[in-house]
Amino acid sequence: MTQDGMNRRSLLAAFAVAPLALSGCAGWSGIPPEGSGDLGVIVERSRGTLAIINTSRRELLAEIGGLGDLSHASVVFSRDARYAYVFGRDGALSKVDLLQRRLVTRVMQAGNSIGGAISADGTLVAAQNYKPGGVKVFDARTLELVADLPADYAPGKLSRVVGLVDLPGRRFAYCLFDANEIWIADLSDLQQPKLTKLRNIGKSPYDALVTPDGRHYIAGLFGEDGLALVDLWEPVPQVRRILDSYGRGQEPLPVYKMPHLRGWAVAGRYAYLPAIGHHAVLVVDTQTWQEVGRIPVAGQPVFVMARPDGRQVWVNFSVPDYDRVQVIDTPTQKVVATLTPGKAVLHMEFTPRGEAVWISSRDDNRVSVIDTASLQTLARLEVDAPSGIFFTSRAARLGF
Amino acid sequence: MLSEIKRWIRTTLLCLTVGLAATPATAQLGPEREQALIRMVRQDCGSCHGMQLTGGLGPALTPAALEGKPVESLATTIYAGRPGTPMPPWKAMLKESEADWIAQRLLAGFPQESRR
Repeated sequence: MTQDGMNRRSLLAAFAVAPLALSGCAGWSGIPPEGSGDLGVIVERSRGTLAIINTSRRELLAEIGGLGDLSHASVVFSRDARYAYVFGRDGALSKVDLLQRRLVTRVMQAGNSIGGAISADGTLVAAQNYKPGGVKVFDARTLELVADLPADYAPGKLSRVVGLVDLPGRRFAYCLFDANEIWIADLSDLQQPKLTKLRNIGKSPYDALVTPDGRHYIAGLFGEDGLALVDLWEPVPQVRRILDSYGRGQEPLPVYKMPHLRGWAVAGRYAYLPAIGHHAVLVVDTQTWQEVGRIPVAGQPVFVMARPDGRQVWVNFSVPDYDRVQVIDTPTQKVVATLTPGKAVLHMEFTPRGEAVWISSRDDNRVSVIDTASLQTLARLEVDAPSGIFFTSRAARLGF
Repeated sequence: MLSEIKRWIRTTLLCLTVGLAATPATAQLGPEREQALIRMVRQDCGSCHGMQLTGGLGPALTPAALEGKPVESLATTIYAGRPGTPMPPWKAMLKESEADWIAQRLLAGFPQESRR
């Protein structure tokens, strides 16, 4: 390329960018430019608003209202980590621009919804619904419906869907709670979605996770002992029962809240899973899928989450033990700390590299930021009835 | 003042209704405990039934959805759970009279939490 050519190109580029930058400033009414990697959202479940936060400065930037019923709301992020897709209980799917701090699009896509996932290529957003039972898939850009996958497991019968995850290659996996099935949907051809149905996977799958490598899909079973495991790398995926004697059937305690499996707790070669109906975290070797340990904890686990480096696993609990959070040291597999960050701890989220964790305490209207090494509280933010906390680093992680 | 009058009317009406229907007598729970129960139902029961009680993994608990269901069986379900389903017994956290109170309130249309 000649010197001349270079200059001309740079000049053109400069002209092309200038008007955009100018109109951007005007339209965004003075919001300073910033990268989205520092951003995250907190669900304010009672008010139905989403707080946008900066995780480095630990401050609230904006609140986005009008999102409907956000009890049990969950969030996934676009691949460029600019947009948050919010799945509301009332069946609404909302797309929020984190940079412009505004609601972009909102569609009522079901009567009762529980969460969603985004495809690896960032083009498809899938919602898992209770009513009508099934999965709906949307164009991530416009939120136009591109595929409807009713969970019609028997004539005239739709199952509630749980445990939806993204898989490599424009695929999603999910569980049919009422039908005891796992379905894998391949949407590489939107005109002809391909469904693989695995039957009799175990009674009442309540949630599921996919391992960080995208290879194993694990569904927790409410109705019986054990979990259902699918090796997705096998040419014909099959279901295998693992941990089928962990004791769900032996005088289990009342389960006041279903554990959540999403947001994997795979640390090194071990997976840490909530023992439903017990005050314990199960440790499973992901090479053999045998139970190798059982760690007693302060209550019934709801979230069991590995710090991104896998050195610690943090656990929160169901009512009535939800004022506590415990930290498991993975090399020794022991609880090394019990924290009381506030009343009704509902969720935890690690910063991208895990030097801090954000914890929501619903009944204290507080989010605490805690240093994961010193366990000191770095900051407290006042947030109305906070539940889920979601950082944009999820955009780059499979199964989040 | 107006809200006090409203509350008085509501309480009186409730007492009358309860008396007429010969349902288990509503114990005097006290306003603080009532607020705690309202919060518990909205927030904790809400994790399965939805904060607006429109249903989720658990069925909807709106007056329309519960129409025709006897208050006693609702109270029993709350207190003792429903074996074979994810509905747990709440007796470790509730007295029977409180389960009755919740059942009656659900049938009548459950109160919203009072805002801070």
